Amino acid sequence: MNDLPVLSILIALPLVGALVTPFLPAATARLVGLGFAGAALVWAVVAALTSYTLDGGMQLTETHAWVEALGVHYALGVDGLGLLMVLLTVVLVPIVLVASWHEADAPGNGGSRSFVAWVLALEAMSLAVFTATDVFLFYVVFEATLIPAYFLIGGFGRAGRGRAATKFLIYQLAGGLVMLASVIGLYVVSADSGNPSFLLTDLAALDIDPVTQRWIFLGFFIAFAIKAPMFPVHTWLADTTERTTTGTSVLLVCVLDKIGTFGMLRFCLGLLPDASQWATPVVVVLALISIVYGALVAIGQDDVLRLIGLTSLSHFGFIVLGIFVFSTQGGSGAILYMVNHGIATAALFLVAGYLVQRRGTASIKAMGGGVEKSAPVLAGAFLIAGLAACGLPGLSPFVSEMLVLIAAFQHAWWVGAIAVTAIVLAAIYVLWLYQRTMTGPDVVEIADLDRREVGTLAPLLLALVLFGFAPMPLLDVINPNVEDTLAEVGVTDEPPTVPAADHAASDEAAGAAGSQGGHE
Amino acid sequence: MNEFIKPTVEYFELWPLLVVFGVACVGVMLEAFAPRSVRYLAQVLLTVGGLVAALVGVVLIAQDTDVHQDGVARGVLAMSGTIAVDGPTLFIWGLVLLLAIAGTLLFAERHLDGGVSAFAGQAAALPGTEAEREASTKGLDHTEVYPLLMFAVFGMMLFPAANDLLTMFVGLEVLSLPLYLLCGLARRRRLLSQEAALKYFLLGAFSSGFFLYGVALVYGYAGSMQFAAINEAVRNDTGNTALLLVGVGLLSVGLFFKVGAAPFQAWTPDVYQGAPTPVTAFMAAGTKVAAFGALLRLFYVAFGADRWSWQPMMWVIAILTMMVGAVLAITQTDVKRLLAYSSVAHTGFLLTGVLGVQQSSALAEGEISALQAVLFYLATYGFATLGAFAVVSLVRDSGGEATALSRWAGLGKESPVVAGVFAFFLLAMAGIPLTSGFVGKLAVFSVALAAGAWPVVIAAVLASVIAAFLYVRVIKAMYFDEPVGEGPTVAYPSVLTATTIALGAAVTLMLGILPGPLLDLAALAGEFIR
Repeated sequence: MNDLPVLSILIALPLVGALVTPFLPAATARLVGLGFAGAALVWAVVAALTSYTLDGGMQLTETHAWVEALGVHYALGVDGLGLLMVLLTVVLVPIVLVASWHEADAPGNGGSRSFVAWVLALEAMSLAVFTATDVFLFYVVFEATLIPAYFLIGGFGRAGRGRAATKFLIYQLAGGLVMLASVIGLYVVSADSGNPSFLLTDLAALDIDPVTQRWIFLGFFIAFAIKAPMFPVHTWLADTTERTTTGTSVLLVCVLDKIGTFGMLRFCLGLLPDASQWATPVVVVLALISIVYGALVAIGQDDVLRLIGLTSLSHFGFIVLGIFVFSTQGGSGAILYMVNHGIATAALFLVAGYLVQRRGTASIKAMGGGVEKSAPVLAGAFLIAGLAACGLPGLSPFVSEMLVLIAAFQHAWWVGAIAVTAIVLAAIYVLWLYQRTMTGPDVVEIADLDRREVGTLAPLLLALVLFGFAPMPLLDVINPNVEDTLAEVGVTDEPPTVPAADHAASDEAAGAAGSQGGHE
Repeated sequence: MNEFIKPTVEYFELWPLLVVFGVACVGVMLEAFAPRSVRYLAQVLLTVGGLVAALVGVVLIAQDTDVHQDGVARGVLAMSGTIAVDGPTLFIWGLVLLLAIAGTLLFAERHLDGGVSAFAGQAAALPGTEAEREASTKGLDHTEVYPLLMFAVFGMMLFPAANDLLTMFVGLEVLSLPLYLLCGLARRRRLLSQEAALKYFLLGAFSSGFFLYGVALVYGYAGSMQFAAINEAVRNDTGNTALLLVGVGLLSVGLFFKVGAAPFQAWTPDVYQGAPTPVTAFMAAGTKVAAFGALLRLFYVAFGADRWSWQPMMWVIAILTMMVGAVLAITQTDVKRLLAYSSVAHTGFLLTGVLGVQQSSALAEGEISALQAVLFYLATYGFATLGAFAVVSLVRDSGGEATALSRWAGLGKESPVVAGVFAFFLLAMAGIPLTSGFVGKLAVFSVALAAGAWPVVIAAVLASVIAAFLYVRVIKAMYFDEPVGEGPTVAYPSVLTATTIALGAAVTLMLGILPGPLLDLAALAGEFIR
């Protein structure tokens, strides 16, 4: 398998599916689309099990010259972070396809053929984003994901989705174009040093002067902050999740938004370490605002889908916080959180989508509660997914949240103290949501989840429990990657403090390590 | 007084110019002597044949040019140094000829409007009179448009090749006059069309005056019309610098008018809207290519040594143009006007590339040069624009083309293919990756940033965001809005328009995925020779 272009085939599988399905009748299109998504899943899992070595850094690499006049390469590769994101994507796409089996053909929607085709196109582009090791290629596919996402939002969902799609696209394009300036900046820096190139390895070897780094960092960070999303550029998120189908929301929030935090790790930290450290105070504050603000606003929502969208704002705050505190716990926690958030939020969105379909409204008030009695399985699944989202021990997000919080306390006590309030707030929005929608007297008799729906939720809920008790397989993949990244930034964890020593205040040591690290 | 020396004419190198001019003259003869029934076919064949012959000539010349300084530049100075047939000239000639061939196909389209072309049956008949109705019922057709097109193409080829100020002025006029006429020849909405022609003519004549004044002042400074001599004078800093600066400014006014840069863009929307759509398509693409070719040569060859003087001016103009184009485009409710303002914004992006010129020693091995970037951008812009206007000519209602944006709502359901192709062109103009527009934008932004023009690049990014909103708005209208009333209908074109649209889309896609060959070709074209 070593000679095969593993990653190219992985990207090509859904892409071919996207090209084929529009020409098939709707029922066949769904099956064929699912077949391609399943093939990608199998291919990715087999590749991960047979060809991936845990400490191997960037691997399964392919490099071909693409546009020589600009120093552009078609270069792919995965490291631990990329692998997990790839696996998350290939797992979620078949689930989304099955979960949206009949939804796209509902009156007013664009039909299954185009839904399946756009989903597969989105999968192919996302896989390319997570495996690109050339900044130009990354930018190309980063922007290309927007087109299928735009048509998924605009073509399927509730009234007002056209407007939501436009808002989504404008926000993302704005971020993308700002990033374009930075991408060009990197190119110019590499050209000035005599070797115009977009290859990640070439760019990482550059010695960029601090002021230039800061400008380039700014462009990248704004784009990734919009993508992730972070306060104050998050406003597209809730509008989008409110209007579109939950299947699309899963892809957007659980896969596409990960590109934001993925990009922060790979580009901001990997290529611009000095500027990343320079920006840390601001980024940490923004992350904290996102955490608390997202949770507070989520509590006040009346629309279930808006509410879930806003919880993600809070969760992405945690991820960004973990990335920018520069420690192994923080980094590992952030990457683990990216995976766990993907699973938990996907489950939450899907089950909420089933509920909304049955009740015909997404308004919590209008639903009036009482689902528990007539649809206990639905209510149970909702509870597990919700508790996972608020970080209940025993479910996987707990582990990652814990790691990030520990790292936050090590970074500075007040950072940890503010972040930890989100746990309380999360409990409020989840449990209150559960109470208002599920408990109480039976208002309307609704059907419980059928086998197809249970089938889509079961793997996600299983994964939540499994990784909640045994996160080590994931951490084994993550840890080498975090160490590599932090080594590039030039940060090492402070040595463990001896309990008896009274002079070593750990937060001061962390601050000192952070500020000196860049000059080593 | 020097003795008169008979100039040598490099017939081989000038072959494309000569054949285009010759075919135009033959076309005039044909109008005079051929019977009406055969004119259409004869003119179309003659025009396409002439353009193809010229294109073949360009390819042959390109393979057999003198190379200077190890491939840094290539070509000859023909006609005693008045016409420079060098790499960039050949690139632009090739591009103009390709766009002209595609434009001719649009001119020849007769399927869309019930068997007649988009041009007035009889231009001399006043709108709304008996004579007009008579011409219309007889099914008359103006076949003079083909020789006019060829004269315009001749001007478009002479303009960027001109190596002295007078030849450049002649090229400018030869390019403009036929276009003024063509703009007034629309079959439908004739008053609007004639108004556009008059406006274009008056403003164009005015700007030509500026250009000519600039020529005079620069001559007063340098004592020569030749670009090489002007360059020499600028280097030696002889003469009155005030004359030079004012002269450069006035020359710029003339050129900025032609390319539609702010604050000289006011004619663009009116003319683009009023002119028959095939003319708009051809003019929007061809004029911009030719005028930018001339602009590049004038500023790089004649005033290249003085670029510290004109670069700041260009910065301001570029930023202004992008902003004006993008912001005003948002307020438009007519597709043709919208595309016109978008073309103004593109002028700004092109200027961003123009001002990114650096000394070749400042460029790293393999780094993209400003000339290369602008030439590439011109190709991407030309084909996307031509294709987009060709699509506009397909969407019709009972009154002819339905250009109001509100009439385009729901086009995605009516005709997914047409809407899809138009959306693709819009995405290319917005600079979305995997389309040619993205690579073009990347190229011009790169050279500008490399030359230190970061404020311009930041403004360009902002303008791109604003422009993106407007393109997305059109896509949303086509796909996600409910049609108003009966909704738009899409006329099925003959193979002519279909070919043009397919060519535009194919080039836009190809240059987006594999821009390498064309970038290499632009690099191979090298620098201007003096």
